[in-house]
Amino acid sequence: MKLIRLALPIWSLVLLCVLHASSSQEIQIVNAERRIDLSSHIVKVFLTLKIENTGTSPVSDVLLAFPPTQANHLALLKAQAATGKRKKKTFTFLDVYPAELPEGPNGTKYFSISLHSKLGAGEVVTLEVLYMLTHSLDPFPEEISQSESQLVYYRDSAILLSPYQVKQQITFIKTPSSKIESFSMVEPTNRAGAELKYGPYENRSPHSYSPVIIHFENNNPFAVVEELVREIEISHWGSIQITEQYKLAHAGARHKGVFSRVEYQSRPGHSGISSFRHLLARLPPRVHSVYYRDEIGNISSSHLRLDSKKSELEFEPRYPLFGGWKATFVIGYGLPLEDFLFELPDGKRYLNFSFGCPLVETVVNKLTVKVVLPEGSLDPSVDVPFPVEQYLEKKYSYLDVVGRTVVVLEKNNVVPEHNSPFQVYYHFNPIFMLAEPIMLTTTFFLLFITCVAYLHIDLSISK
Amino acid sequence: MGEKPNQANPNSASAIAAAPAGSKSSDLLSRHFSIRSLKLKTKEQELLLRVTVLCLVYVLAFITRLFSVLRYESMIHEFDPYFNYRTTLFLTEKGFYEFWNWFDSESWYPLGRIIGGTLYPGLMVTAALIYWTLKVLRFAVHIREVCVLTAPFFASNTTLVAYFFGKEIWDSGAGLVAAALIAICPGYISRSVAGSYDNEGVAIFALLFTFYLFVKAVNTGSLAWSLASAFGYFYMVSAWGGYVFIINLIPLYVLVLLITGRYSMRLYVAYNCMYILGMLLAMQIRFVGFQHVQSGEHMAAMGVFFLLQVFYFLDWVKHQLNDTKLFQAFLRITVTSAVVVGTVALGVGTASGYISPWTGRFYSLLDPTYAKDHIPIIASVSEHQPTAWSSFMFDFQILLFLFPAGLYFCFKRLTDATIFIVMYGLTSMYFAGVMVRLILVATPAVCLISAIAVSATIKNLTQVLRAKPKIVHSGFSKGGSSAKTSSKGSLDQSQPFGKNGAIALLFGAFYLLSKYATHCTWVTSEAYSSPSIVLAARGAHGNRVIFDDYREAYFWLRQNTPPDAKVMSWWDYGYQITAMGNRTVIVDNNTWNNTHIATVGRAMSSYEDEAYEIMVSLDVGYVLVVFGGVTGYSSDDINKFLWMVRIGGGVFPVIKEPDYLVNGDYRVDKGAAPKMLNCLMYKLSYYRFGELTTEYGKPPGYDRARGVEIGNKDIKLEYLEEAFTTSNWIVRIYKVKPPKNRW
Repeated sequence: MKLIRLALPIWSLVLLCVLHASSSQEIQIVNAERRIDLSSHIVKVFLTLKIENTGTSPVSDVLLAFPPTQANHLALLKAQAATGKRKKKTFTFLDVYPAELPEGPNGTKYFSISLHSKLGAGEVVTLEVLYMLTHSLDPFPEEISQSESQLVYYRDSAILLSPYQVKQQITFIKTPSSKIESFSMVEPTNRAGAELKYGPYENRSPHSYSPVIIHFENNNPFAVVEELVREIEISHWGSIQITEQYKLAHAGARHKGVFSRVEYQSRPGHSGISSFRHLLARLPPRVHSVYYRDEIGNISSSHLRLDSKKSELEFEPRYPLFGGWKATFVIGYGLPLEDFLFELPDGKRYLNFSFGCPLVETVVNKLTVKVVLPEGSLDPSVDVPFPVEQYLEKKYSYLDVVGRTVVVLEKNNVVPEHNSPFQVYYHFNPIFMLAEPIMLTTTFFLLFITCVAYLHIDLSISK
Repeated sequence: MGEKPNQANPNSASAIAAAPAGSKSSDLLSRHFSIRSLKLKTKEQELLLRVTVLCLVYVLAFITRLFSVLRYESMIHEFDPYFNYRTTLFLTEKGFYEFWNWFDSESWYPLGRIIGGTLYPGLMVTAALIYWTLKVLRFAVHIREVCVLTAPFFASNTTLVAYFFGKEIWDSGAGLVAAALIAICPGYISRSVAGSYDNEGVAIFALLFTFYLFVKAVNTGSLAWSLASAFGYFYMVSAWGGYVFIINLIPLYVLVLLITGRYSMRLYVAYNCMYILGMLLAMQIRFVGFQHVQSGEHMAAMGVFFLLQVFYFLDWVKHQLNDTKLFQAFLRITVTSAVVVGTVALGVGTASGYISPWTGRFYSLLDPTYAKDHIPIIASVSEHQPTAWSSFMFDFQILLFLFPAGLYFCFKRLTDATIFIVMYGLTSMYFAGVMVRLILVATPAVCLISAIAVSATIKNLTQVLRAKPKIVHSGFSKGGSSAKTSSKGSLDQSQPFGKNGAIALLFGAFYLLSKYATHCTWVTSEAYSSPSIVLAARGAHGNRVIFDDYREAYFWLRQNTPPDAKVMSWWDYGYQITAMGNRTVIVDNNTWNNTHIATVGRAMSSYEDEAYEIMVSLDVGYVLVVFGGVTGYSSDDINKFLWMVRIGGGVFPVIKEPDYLVNGDYRVDKGAAPKMLNCLMYKLSYYRFGELTTEYGKPPGYDRARGVEIGNKDIKLEYLEEAFTTSNWIVRIYKVKPPKNRW
């Protein structure tokens, strides 16, 4: 079963198709449970829907609705159908497509989950939906000083936005700590420690919306990579070289006024708690020749831990990042070729590599993956488990004559869950590996021949 | 990640460093055996040997300069190289014409700097050409790597030039020794390690090359060689302001030849062609422009040029007249009138302002005390100080003793070429004594002259060893005809010693040379291979601690300040801030405007409110100070502060040096002068330092760089606020608050 995750509204233009069939009134949601996790700066929402077909004809698609602000920040959307009883549940992943509904109020965006088998009249199915929102916590106050901690707003609806009638629903919101400044009340609303409970609400009509706003403390690192370019260069001599160029920023509340080193050093628990300085990158095992540098040179504060399952690179930017501060850097490493390059029976080769950003708990606004194929490789094709933009480039590296083909993949709004493998297939004739050594030996051979010839030729006119 | 090469390479480098100087003769012996079996002719053997030794020396000169890359990383060092790197980057990105017409608004705010017209472009163009060549050949290197390795590459080339030069003035043996000596001579390495991307790196090559070509031209009288030397001179002019040395030494040399009666047609051709063409070519460099005909420093060359014409004319008249008496009279009239015309022309030129007077730097070369009294900005630079004996010893070691010995050999065999090298050696030695940095110029001469001493001595000794009792002229295989006269003379002297004495002396010589090799390697690795951007120290457990504060601060500036922010700092850090921080600076290391620097000095030494007015008028957004009190880093701004006071006071008499001193002592503790305790520099350096305990068992606010507890611990800032301080406090950046609303 192929897993399809969905992220981009771009894609919606391509897949306008599926909609029409399901008239929304034939479905009703018997029970909806929403769990919103606000503990990091990536908002994770787990949605469990129990859906019943109240109409007469079978339905194949179920619609999910998002308010436009959320739809713009939606990084990931996964859906699965649960079958079986509590302990012995089995899950099957379902395809999700963007959909357009002409009668959607206020620019509501829809996604359609296509069920595996059609839902007959009167039948019930349980769907589990996971979606992630980025850039959805707005710091307030927008500027804080070094000694303050960071407070953010989260805006959502107490009632699930849905094109269907919802019979019963409940929403749980988990905040990172129990420090909640304020929250909207939509009775019944309960607060217990770090958890807010909205609901249960009964019998809400389609497209009901009840905005809530929660103001709470969140000092987790708001590490956002504004731009990441990963270059994966394949050498058939036995290694893969990866270069990752980061533009990192602290996207939380902006730092205001003084940065005092005395306070930062002497009171680490109180001063600048929303700032961060340690970053962790999970690299593949057997990584070698790792470097960490920026435009002006090597950065010495990094540690590499190697074991058989994974490698962990713990590093610090040159300075701690406070709100609004930026840092750019490059991480590069080599990997053994045999771990990632495989050959198909028909002679085609393919690279199997992970797509996303290796940094833990970061959002990437714009990710560009460039796969540099060896010189002389032919007809590349790509298999990525989610929609991306792709095009080809040429790159000239050491001693290249015709240049290397570069497969460029671009994707916006990437979260750590996008770290799944993708494949690049291409044809390569091993004879091209010898081109460069032959060129070099020929050059040196000619050079020596010239020297020998020069020493044996007498060009003087007078004897 | 960089550990492995660290341990492995210094050893191998030192092993190779010892090889050519020390084991040349053992190589020679072992090769003799192997080569004999190949049945090569003697001449071919010698060629092979020479080429092998030269190749080894070439490689050695390169790798001995790589310590800093292995210890630290491939990075640009010090201060000026950062400007060169920045301009090279600009050149490779934007192309030559953009570079030539570049008006840099990022430095000397609000004045700006016309880069194309105020720099020697030779270095940047060289690096860019190397880079473009490599790019065409599809070597995907970064321009930084090219810049870092330019100096070692040119040092390698210098060894080749030294070989040919030595061959020209003495023989090929001396040439080989000269190449080996100069390859590892610390005096040269100090300015040409990897990363030291400065004009001197290529200029020493250009200097020696020009000299070599000129000597070759004088020896042959060939127009081609002298044309080549003119182009060599052009390259030198394009690369370094030290070309003034060439344009004064060569006329001096010609003058000496004239006086000693060595005038010849060869000299006439060589000098005229070289001077005229060299001058015309040099005028193409915008920074030099018309100085060749307008500045006092270049007038000697022109004078000698006219003198040479007079000489030639007299020679011709003498030839025509064939009458001694008449000629004597004619000579008197001509010489008198020529001297009068020359003096009058010079006088009128100087008086009318057409010929500019000598510059301060030139004066300070002739009179070492001049700068101290008149131009504090020149005197404040440590590399402009007079040289101490220890640094001569440090940079030359045994060459210091071989140098007089070499001079002795040169005087014993005076030719046009040896006269040149003697003059070069003596004048440059004088300049080396005046200014530390000019040891660099003396190094090639010292190496060449010492090489003559070594080569001549060893040759004489080996001849004693190889001589059959009766036959005297058997063992001259290498020297050729040119060496015969001297070796014959010395052979006579060495007869009484016998073979055992010769063997002992040979061993002594090899011992000395190997000592030289180890000394050079040690000096290179210990003293000249630190980038000074990254500081390294030994931690409590013997581990290496890296202080990377400079780059931390510059990168912070680059990332977290507005792109048009103006940064005020003392001029030392100007180039680094523009290159690494990418921000506009008020003053930088190109100290062309003394008033502007004095304004910054004044701001730093005023009270905060007075300084604020200056800073607002200069649009300053951030102030950067370097502070070593936490780490014990002694070359910080507090230690440089008196120079700021002096330079500021030189232009603005409000600033008086005695206000900052107590009984002539410079102190920062409780007994310091009140003005000192409250001036901007003191406040910015020690702001909130009083709360910090730096050393166990010492009171808070203990300054480790100066070893005292600071005098003013309660510092309040009114017009500035702390914007960033690096992790070891070495660089502190303050933000200038915007002016308050006025009613």
